Amino acid sequence: MLSEIPLSYFLVVSTLMFFIGIYGFLTRKNLITILMAVELILNSVNINFVAFNRYLFPDQLEGHFFSLFIIAVAAAEAAVAIAIIISVYRRYSNIDVERVDTMKF
Amino acid sequence: MSIHELMFYLFSGMILLFSVLTVTSRRILRAAVYLLFVLVSTAGIYFMLNYQFLAAVQLTLYAGGIVVLIIFSILLTSHISQKFEPLGVKKMVFSALAVAAGALLSIMTILDFGFDTVVTTSQNPDMELIGTSLLSYEKNGYVLPFEVISVLLLAAMVASIVIAKKEKSK
Repeated sequence: MLSEIPLSYFLVVSTLMFFIGIYGFLTRKNLITILMAVELILNSVNINFVAFNRYLFPDQLEGHFFSLFIIAVAAAEAAVAIAIIISVYRRYSNIDVERVDTMKF
Repeated sequence: MSIHELMFYLFSGMILLFSVLTVTSRRILRAAVYLLFVLVSTAGIYFMLNYQFLAAVQLTLYAGGIVVLIIFSILLTSHISQKFEPLGVKKMVFSALAVAAGALLSIMTILDFGFDTVVTTSQNPDMELIGTSLLSYEKNGYVLPFEVISVLLLAAMVASIVIAKKEKSK
């Protein structure tokens, strides 16, 4: 059953995933890959919420609902970010963060 | 080793392997596909924890929606055969050091902390319970975040249309 797996295993997996996302955020240069790293980070936080909900408060559903809301926020964020990326690409024909360095136009 | 443990190790191994590949792959389209694998294995973890509705949302919205959006924007903005230049050693080493220090600190804190877990009968919240709690305004009701999210989604939709639309040629 589920009790064979301690809660901290889930937390370790999600921590590692979070920091892998941070590594991608620090080292990537393409805007879309940075967005993917942010998705990894959000996803790891979701695993945390769900595992806490299942292990600590199984009769309430707070972690469950907050993961739902985080998924919705991530979808909104991805949509707006991709709109901005496409707009930047039209203006500069490039989405490298090091070459797009003028914010004003 | 029971089937639960086996599934947990399988899914977490897939998550970690494909996360690393997502942030290190030099071909952008492959990175997006690896991200898809990460999200699907996360849905597997939700299934394992017996939250079927959340796992279905994860599969349809994350793996189905966001990844397709990312792949479309990759196709719009870069050549498929394009490879990134390899990373500078200095940047890679320093980022890895910072990340390893943070991960080590967090993991040690987690393993030190004793959680008093109460795994009782792990029942699956049915659709009726989820629906009524989303729309109830009493205790354990989530109608306020629900409404805020709906306004946020509308605003995001309008904003992305406005930002991405072509400007009129003068």
